[in-house]
Amino acid sequence: MLYNLQVNGAVHQADVDGGTPVLWVLRDILGLTGTKFGCGIAMCGACTVHVDGEARRSCVTPIDFVGGAEIRTIETLGEGKVGSALQQAWRELDVVQCGYCQPGQLMSAAALLAANVQPTDADIDAVMSGNICRCGTYGRIRAGIKRAAQILASAGEVAK
Amino acid sequence: MTRDFLHAVASLAVLCTVVPGVIALNVVSSTADQTAATDVQQPAHERSVALFLDAARVIESPRCMNCHPATRSPTQGEAMRLHTPPIDAGSEGHGPLGLNCNTCHGSENVSTIGIDIASIPGHPHWMLAPASMSWQGKTPGEICRQIKDLTRNGGRTLEQIHEHMAKDSLVGWAWNPGDGREPAPGSQEAFGILVGEWIATGAACPEG
Ligand code: FES
Ligand code: FES
Repeated sequence: MLYNLQVNGAVHQADVDGGTPVLWVLRDILGLTGTKFGCGIAMCGACTVHVDGEARRSCVTPIDFVGGAEIRTIETLGEGKVGSALQQAWRELDVVQCGYCQPGQLMSAAALLAANVQPTDADIDAVMSGNICRCGTYGRIRAGIKRAAQILASAGEVAK
Repeated sequence: MTRDFLHAVASLAVLCTVVPGVIALNVVSSTADQTAATDVQQPAHERSVALFLDAARVIESPRCMNCHPATRSPTQGEAMRLHTPPIDAGSEGHGPLGLNCNTCHGSENVSTIGIDIASIPGHPHWMLAPASMSWQGKTPGEICRQIKDLTRNGGRTLEQIHEHMAKDSLVGWAWNPGDGREPAPGSQEAFGILVGEWIATGAACPEG
């Protein structure tokens, strides 16, 4: 079936079976390979994207469920204020190790900051527990989120 | 739903009764048995308790219990182990801000490429039951009294409880739980008949 998808602010067409996970449409049809495959069973968070601003595990989201919703991926996360603050924080604190899990980490972190501008350690752990990092960068991820919250606060930005 | 209707439903359940406590989960397919006559003579209270205990086979199935946990964190699987990833569903039952249930659970079950986790369960109203409806670790008697307690059952009358158990599609998910999960015993239709009969016989609770 032919789907018209809103991805990163543009309309893209994909002729796929309705059960195809969004992850594979993004990677294999649209060539947006920033979103990663880790487990395929909603256990690792590597495939996280935003659907209408909310975090979604794209590996378990059939394209048929998405309809006209706006999908955002790591490729354009930095265009928003939250994404750009996260990028700055990630660079300052050198959060990344191998990097494989990081697109998913950043998408989850952005969803958290969009909903909660000043998250506590407990708030961060509660949300980021769904994203696994084989390199164990959890401490730096938590510090990175707090630093991004600071950047946003000092710029007087409401996370959006 | 009127009491008359519940009595009519009750009669159907009784006709299908084989032995109290081992009845109507098979109500639709079970054959009438000559022992049904003796069941009718049972004191109503005893029958009502037996009916609840039979309904409790559904209530205590992992398909129901996993989202009625003792804490604010759901459990999963047949062994009712802690949900992975660890989730605190919060007071609203939808998960923390930024990681709500819908991050992984869609509007319907989704089959996966996995073997151990063959599908991700889904429903439009996927959420954890409120803390007042926590069932894990409780006896059938405790759950029974809780279900009838307006302060802990969401303010539902017995009629509304019957409607919820018999018709609510989130309850119905228990019999359509997706690949890799054992459905709750029987069917929602049979469960609804049992609950209706339990109410019609006085909604008595087991001791303990
Ligand atoms: S690949 Fe989707 S959660 Fe792991
Ligand atoms: S940075 Fe290597 S898996 Fe997370």
